[in-house]
Amino acid sequence: MSIEIKTATLEPVRNTYANVERRFGDKPATRYQEATYDLQSEANFHYRPLWQPDLELNDPRRTAIVMQDWYAFKDPRQFYYGAYVQQRAKMQEVAESNYAFFEKRDLARFISDEVRADIIRYLVPLRHVEHTANLNNMYGTAYGFGTAITQALLFNGMDRLGMAQYLSRIGLILDGNSGDALVDAKQQWMEADIWQGLRALCEETLVTEDWFEVMVAQNLVLDALLTDLVYRQFDNKLNEQGAQDIGMLTEFMQLWNKDTSRWMDAVLKTAVAESDENRALLAQWIETWRGKAAEALAPLAEAMLGAEALAEALELLDKRIAKAGIK
Amino acid sequence: MAAKKLNIKDKYRLLTRDLDWEFSYQDHKKAFPFEEFEGIKITDWSKWEDPFRLTMDAYWKYQAEKERKLYAIFDAFAQNNGQLNISDPRYVNALKVFLTGVSPLEYQAFQGFAHTGRQFGGVGARVACQMQSIDELRHVQTQVHAMSHYNKFFDGLQDWSHMHDRVWYLSVPKSFFNDARAAGPFEFMVAIGFSFEYVLTNLLFVPFMSGAAYNGDMATVTFGFSAQSDEARHMTLGLEVIKFLLEQHEDNVPIVQKWIDKWFWRGTRLLTIVSMMMDYMLPNKVMSWKEAWEVYFEEAGGALFKDLARYGIRMPKHADLIAKEKEHVSHQAWWIFYTHGHAAGFHTWIPTDEELDWLSEKYPDTFDKYYRPRWELAKEMEAKGERFYTKALPQLCTTCQIPMGFTEMDNPTQISYRESIYKDERYHFCSDGCKEIFDEEPEKYVQSWLPVHQIFQGNCGGPDVEDVLRDYYRMNVGADNLDIKGSPDEERWKKWKGVA
Repeated sequence: MSIEIKTATLEPVRNTYANVERRFGDKPATRYQEATYDLQSEANFHYRPLWQPDLELNDPRRTAIVMQDWYAFKDPRQFYYGAYVQQRAKMQEVAESNYAFFEKRDLARFISDEVRADIIRYLVPLRHVEHTANLNNMYGTAYGFGTAITQALLFNGMDRLGMAQYLSRIGLILDGNSGDALVDAKQQWMEADIWQGLRALCEETLVTEDWFEVMVAQNLVLDALLTDLVYRQFDNKLNEQGAQDIGMLTEFMQLWNKDTSRWMDAVLKTAVAESDENRALLAQWIETWRGKAAEALAPLAEAMLGAEALAEALELLDKRIAKAGIK
Repeated sequence: MAAKKLNIKDKYRLLTRDLDWEFSYQDHKKAFPFEEFEGIKITDWSKWEDPFRLTMDAYWKYQAEKERKLYAIFDAFAQNNGQLNISDPRYVNALKVFLTGVSPLEYQAFQGFAHTGRQFGGVGARVACQMQSIDELRHVQTQVHAMSHYNKFFDGLQDWSHMHDRVWYLSVPKSFFNDARAAGPFEFMVAIGFSFEYVLTNLLFVPFMSGAAYNGDMATVTFGFSAQSDEARHMTLGLEVIKFLLEQHEDNVPIVQKWIDKWFWRGTRLLTIVSMMMDYMLPNKVMSWKEAWEVYFEEAGGALFKDLARYGIRMPKHADLIAKEKEHVSHQAWWIFYTHGHAAGFHTWIPTDEELDWLSEKYPDTFDKYYRPRWELAKEMEAKGERFYTKALPQLCTTCQIPMGFTEMDNPTQISYRESIYKDERYHFCSDGCKEIFDEEPEKYVQSWLPVHQIFQGNCGGPDVEDVLRDYYRMNVGADNLDIKGSPDEERWKKWKGVA
């Protein structure tokens, strides 16, 4: 037996908004659909931007990628704002308890001075890379086309700010909140030879104009390589050196990378499936940025991990590229 | 080693502010190219005072908590047919105006703050803008979800984004935000961050939410409460922007003053739609437009501009004229919509006798003298079966794009009418304020996509108005438009309520 609460049933006039109905038919829609499709203006703009008078305010021509429908970039995670913050809140809750546990038990004391110096040399400077990634994703948010992809880029951009802050906190945990580790890490970033290739590459992404290209350079090429180098290989190395507890502080980034590469792979697949021109363009961008990144990361990867490390990371990147149907 | 305790300000600085670095390999200006062309001088971005000091982990946590509560209410509202609890079906027309006219502005705010959140050279200012950007995305999406249930039971909400890009009166809010986004990043911040979010928000966002509260709309008012702490952050940012610009360099003062003058005027024209919503569309009134203007602009804004006087900023130009307009605009605007009700995407009506009395009481100096007689005439005509709709398409002001229906304030029977000639073409304006804005930047405003011009040029289908409404605007003609009397909205309501 089950209880049955009687409610008044009113017949709706329609099941969803007309734009959603045109795309998916007259049936109840998901919150992702109603919050995503056709939100951005596409017609009848009043004024050309003073800062870019050759284009409209919202203009698909800010990239050389061409799409019939920019809403083809459906997010496999179906993140709209509410879904996004709730997912990240869960992740941050775990991260918060990890950080609190690490600090309460003072797990930093088990890390040798040598390894501690390695973390400040190799891990903490990545906060500046995350900051670059924040800007590069905001770039796509501001100049990209269609809510499906621009909202995902915004979420990614805010995530990168969050991770820059987590990396900063690792520095503060290691230096007893003096900020010295952050200063040292910044000095590494600004002056150490092993970082200059990557810093130059970051600066180059920030002056690259095509937002889709920037997204590929950042979210595919650089992220794939750095994720493997730092959050897999360097993490393994820390394990071997008795600093496995640092893994509690980088778990967020590891989970995040899984979540986000799923989205990024879907974006690439969709762009490739659209046309041969898109595929050729993506192949060209990826080749260019893969080459630059390999060169930029070589000294860092070698110093941090040894001679073979970069090749392993590149192999994983190439697998993802192949899987997206690009090569 | 005992860790030193960090206060929030130091912690935020360490976690966020020092992420930036001096470029060595590229030209910094190429990465942030739009900072100089407006003539604003920034000598030191590090003087920026972070208005929120909110780290992302805290942001996710607080916002997720708010979202969980908000969506629980949305679900309960839908499950229990909360639309049956509103004061009167006329109320939903305020929501139609909101979803088609205001929610798309939240979207443009998301885009505009993403632009400044990428372009400003100082990391503190950038991050503050990024946070506002994502909040604005939240607002448009939660509004779409709050209205989603209404859309299933009422007409006129269904094609809100398509309408926003096309329908004649919606070019008023759309062009307002296009104007701000098309401007440089600092003007955008003064226009939206300061003038709109700080000075005028209590007159735009808040009246809709109070209207929801007074009229039994639990979904919308819950959104309003949920967005309140976001709005408080945005107001803080707006004020910080102004102070920062004024403190950075004295040469910024006249530029900022010019923008304040412009955006105050643009803003008050935009608020016309709120004035008529408050005075005519809410079945349960919150307060009159005139009262709202007195409380939120004349008192609160007056105090603000007194504070800003030490920087050399004065009250916005034409504030004295607006003080007179508060007696008139809502009546003139609702009359425009009443007479063009066949071409509007929401229903219009003659105020009830009680409502006419309320208006007489709230506007003792103007309503009986100028406006009540019109409604009495409209009532007579309606009683004879001759509900009045005008056949003509209105002439629009080139700047604010509102039909030229405003009058001279010293003579409320004379339409206010200004013009400028630019490159041998004549442009029309509703006011000195709008004419001055055009004259300052004619190259910008000659581009205005004026809906009536576009219809006459054949760019919106046709040939008849009804063809434009049906094919170009995608309105359900006969359901979305016309008087509330005899509308499907009204019929359904009566059926639900068991009234004949």
